[in-house]
Formats: sequence, C-alpha cells, structure tokens
Amino acid sequence: MRRRHYPDAKQLDNISRGTEMKKLINRPENVISDSLAGVAAAHSDIVRIHTEPRFIYRADAPVKGCTALVSGGGSGHEPMHTGFVGKGMLHAACPGEIFTSPTPDQMLEAARRVNSGEGVLFIVKNYSGDVMNFEMAVELAQAEGVPVSTVLIDDDVAVRDSIYTQGRRGVGTTVLAEKICGGASEKGYDLKSLTELGLRVNKNGRSMGVAFSSCTIPARGEPTFNLGPDEIEIGIGIHGEPGRERIGLKTAEEITRILTLSIIEDPAYTRTHRLWGAGAWVEEEMTDTPFQRGDRVIAFVNSMGGTPLSELYIVYKTLEEICRDKGLVIVRNLIGPYITSLEMQGCSITLLKMDDELLELWDAPVHTPSLRWGM
Amino acid sequence: MLTKNQIVGWLRHSAKVMKEKSSYLSELDAVIGDGDHGINMERGFKKVLEKLETGEQQDIAAVLRETGMALISSVGGASGPLYGTFFITAGANLSGKTQVSTDDLAASFRAGADALAQRGRALEGDKTIVDALMPAVRALEQAAGAGESVHNALNKAAQATQQGMEKTIEMTARKGRASYLGERSVGHQDPGASSAYLLLKALYEAAS
Repeated sequence: MRRRHYPDAKQLDNISRGTEMKKLINRPENVISDSLAGVAAAHSDIVRIHTEPRFIYRADAPVKGCTALVSGGGSGHEPMHTGFVGKGMLHAACPGEIFTSPTPDQMLEAARRVNSGEGVLFIVKNYSGDVMNFEMAVELAQAEGVPVSTVLIDDDVAVRDSIYTQGRRGVGTTVLAEKICGGASEKGYDLKSLTELGLRVNKNGRSMGVAFSSCTIPARGEPTFNLGPDEIEIGIGIHGEPGRERIGLKTAEEITRILTLSIIEDPAYTRTHRLWGAGAWVEEEMTDTPFQRGDRVIAFVNSMGGTPLSELYIVYKTLEEICRDKGLVIVRNLIGPYITSLEMQGCSITLLKMDDELLELWDAPVHTPSLRWGM
Repeated sequence: MLTKNQIVGWLRHSAKVMKEKSSYLSELDAVIGDGDHGINMERGFKKVLEKLETGEQQDIAAVLRETGMALISSVGGASGPLYGTFFITAGANLSGKTQVSTDDLAASFRAGADALAQRGRALEGDKTIVDALMPAVRALEQAAGAGESVHNALNKAAQATQQGMEKTIEMTARKGRASYLGERSVGHQDPGASSAYLLLKALYEAAS
C-alpha cells in the first residue's frame, strides 16, 4: 500500500487516466469532518455537532423523561448512524474514522451530553473494535454514575461459524433496531425495557449482502478488495469482509433468491453476548428462532452505496414473490441506501420478524436527516 | 534498572518506528484485515508523543497511563482498546516509581498482557497481539527469576516476541476481522503481533 496526497499534479494525471480513486472530496483526512459539517449546515433544526471528541447529537438533547439512545461505528456507512439522529431515533451518534470504530471518549462524552437522567442505551454492531471500545465506554460511564446498557447487533447470516470467528456481523438489522428503539424511547420505555426490546429486535432480524465491486477508502486510495469483471461476492460484509463464496455474475432474480433463501432457511443461531448488568459484565447465551410460515416481516432492501434504486426495486419484486411463496407476510418495507459501504456496488436484504408492539414502534413518527415520516 | 527517562525514550522511539513501519503494518493488515493497522498505530503514537511533550508525568505509572489514554482516544478499532488497556494496567502498580527492576517489569507486563487478553477475549493461538506478547511476559518472568539485568531480560523478551510473531503465520485467525477468512488466514503474519514485536524491539533498543 502506498499513501497518497490528494490531489497533486501526478495524481491528477493518474486520475485522468482512470487508475486512481476519483472522489468528490477536498482532502482524504478531512472527509469525515467536512461531511459532518455539511450535515450540521443542512439540518441545524435537528442536530448539533461536537468536535473534540467527535459526535453528533439531537439539538434538543437531553430529552426529559426519555432513555437516551446512542450508537456509533466506523464512518463510510452513511446515512447510518449520523443520518439517524433526531426525534424518534438516535439521541447521538459517534462516527469513527472510515471503517474504524470510534473511541470510548467519544461515546462517553456523547452519553454525558444526551443523558436526561434516565440512562443511556448503546447500540453496538458486532465487530471486535466496536465491541471493545463500547465496553470501555460503558465502564467509564458507569463509573461516573450514568446508568448504561448495551445491545449488540449480530444479524449477518453469511457468517456460519461463530465459535472460531468474532461471530455474526452487525448489518441491516441495526437500522431497524435504531428506529424501533428510538420510537420506544420517545414513548418513555425505561433503560431495562428498552434494552430488552433491542435484544428482541436483534433476535428477530437476519440479513445477507452481495457485492459487485469494492469500495475505496479515501486514506488508502486503492480498492479494499478485487473482484473480477464477472465476479460477485455473496455474503459480503459492510467493510468488504469476505462472504460465503465468490461466484460468477447472475441475474437479479437468481441473486435475490440466494440471499433471501439463505435468510429464510437459516437455522436457529446461538451465541454468547456479554451484557452489562448490575455493575459487571455477564455472559448470556441467546438463540433466535428461524422464520416460520405466517410470520409478519419488514422487508428491507439496502444499497451498498453504488447500486441504484431502480435495481433495488428489481430485487424487491423477487423478494416479495419468494416471501409470498414461503408464507411470510411483508407488513412494511424499506428500500434505499441506509447502511452503505462507501461507493460499493451491491445490496443487502434484511428480514425482521414483527409483532404488534414492534409494528407500532416502527410506525411511530421519526424526524432525522435521513429517515422521516409521521411528522 | 530501567528509568522513567528510558521509558519515555522508548515511547518516543516507538512513535518514530510506527511512522516508519506504517506501510509495512498496513500491508500485513490489508491481506487479512482491513489495511489500516499502520495508519492507526502511527496516529496513536503521534498522540502519545504530544502527551509526553508536556513532561508533566511524575512517575512511570503516569507515563504509561497517559500513553494508554492517548492510544484509547486516538487509535479506534481493536488495537486502541487493546494497547490502551495494556499500558494502563501495566502502569497501575508503578505509582511513585521512577525506575523499575526486572521483577517490576515482569509483573507489570504480566498484568498488562493478561488485561489485554481479557479485553479481547483472546487466547494464545488465536493469531493476535497475545501471541507475541505472552512469550515476552514469560521471558521477562524467567529472567526475573534468574536475577538477570533489565537489559538482558528485554533482549530475551524481544527475541521471544519475534518468535511469537513468526508463529502467527501458521495460525488460523479466530478473533477480529481476519477470523472471517478462516483457513484463508493461514500463511500470513498477524499485523497486531507484528506491532507488538516492534514495540518490544523498541523497548530493548531504548534500554541499550
């Protein structure tokens, strides 16, 4: 790997020959701060930016009587999480460097800022860095007397082996969990019930993705991985982690079938989560149950960043047919770029089993930069 | 004995090494991880350097605590909390000390390495920093038991770390992003074990 300054004459020359990354940025090291400043300028009615340490928070935080919901993770997945801060969703989000977990001081400062006295729930995706940094933040916040709890999202069925890996990765269900828990926070759920709700959403949600092309991290300047012109990676992670298999390009129908059946036919999955309870970490085993005929679901078709909406609808058409065939009732859908991998071409599908409570919370009003309805 | 000034010298030297070896570490990481380990370690130790500039640290405990806090707040990813936990815990029992014996050093590294392993839930053989660090701890403990000088002990520790690092080549990753590769991670040296070796080597050089 070579490091590059952007742009200089040589690089502009390379860019013109199409051998280098072509990005709408000023300088690679300023991508996150420039982008956040843009969010703040565009949505000053909803959010505020804090710079040292870096986080974005609701303009009206702390919200009296509400348990605060804080998330965060590496940048490059926008709109997740920064675009989901606002009424009915997150109270704060901590963006890390691109594809790198944020740090405990960001999470701690964000928690202090949005805690109304009802405590703070951290929503964490299952990546080793995210888990460790959030665990340190939990310990620090607790030491200051801020009641805290965590929900770990691990819904990527592409990862089969959980004993010899970090376990399933947190992907599409994260977006749905943030919306549903945000709705619950607004309705006055306390920290304990909000945590239980988050755990239930995680157990009900499953996802899988596919990549058609890599993305390029600005600071690296080169694609994260290489796919041949006719190759696709089934089960890709949102940072380009390898999936289940690399196969030749297929039709949207065939690809949608592979992803959807992998999700629907995924067997019960058992894993151990480390939860914060009564001032110490407690290991708890959790098992989710496979989808069953008659289940009501949210069908979420997500773009990895480079795949257009028209193609997502092609996927949705087949997804809807398969669900009908398998007896799953799609009660809501979400289609668009919500958890992306920079400019990666590809998509992911998430199915989340719903019940009356989850449905009511999903439908509750939300007003964030990137998700808005009912208000 | 190893003095506080030598430890500060070690950390300054480490900052230089991490800058020089940034591309090397990132290249190792690009093969089985996400290719940013060098950038992250360089950024972290740059921050450590800034913290040590003030020279306000009264004892070795303070030097190591500030180092750990700087790494935690600037590295991100998995390496930030892991190295941060190592340095903070390693320094915890050195309050008031401005120099340490081989015994102190062995005990301090033992505490730091155990805390790091617990933070990462990693065991030896998982292809992580732990595989490089634990042999160093054992080498220090052995040297302490034999009443050896700090200089000799660190020489042995650096060698043990190098061997531990090289052994990661044949291991299958079971932690972190590399774990998703499973068997495909075999044949590649772990970037975390590699940065741990650079740190131990830098410590030996600083003590020489």
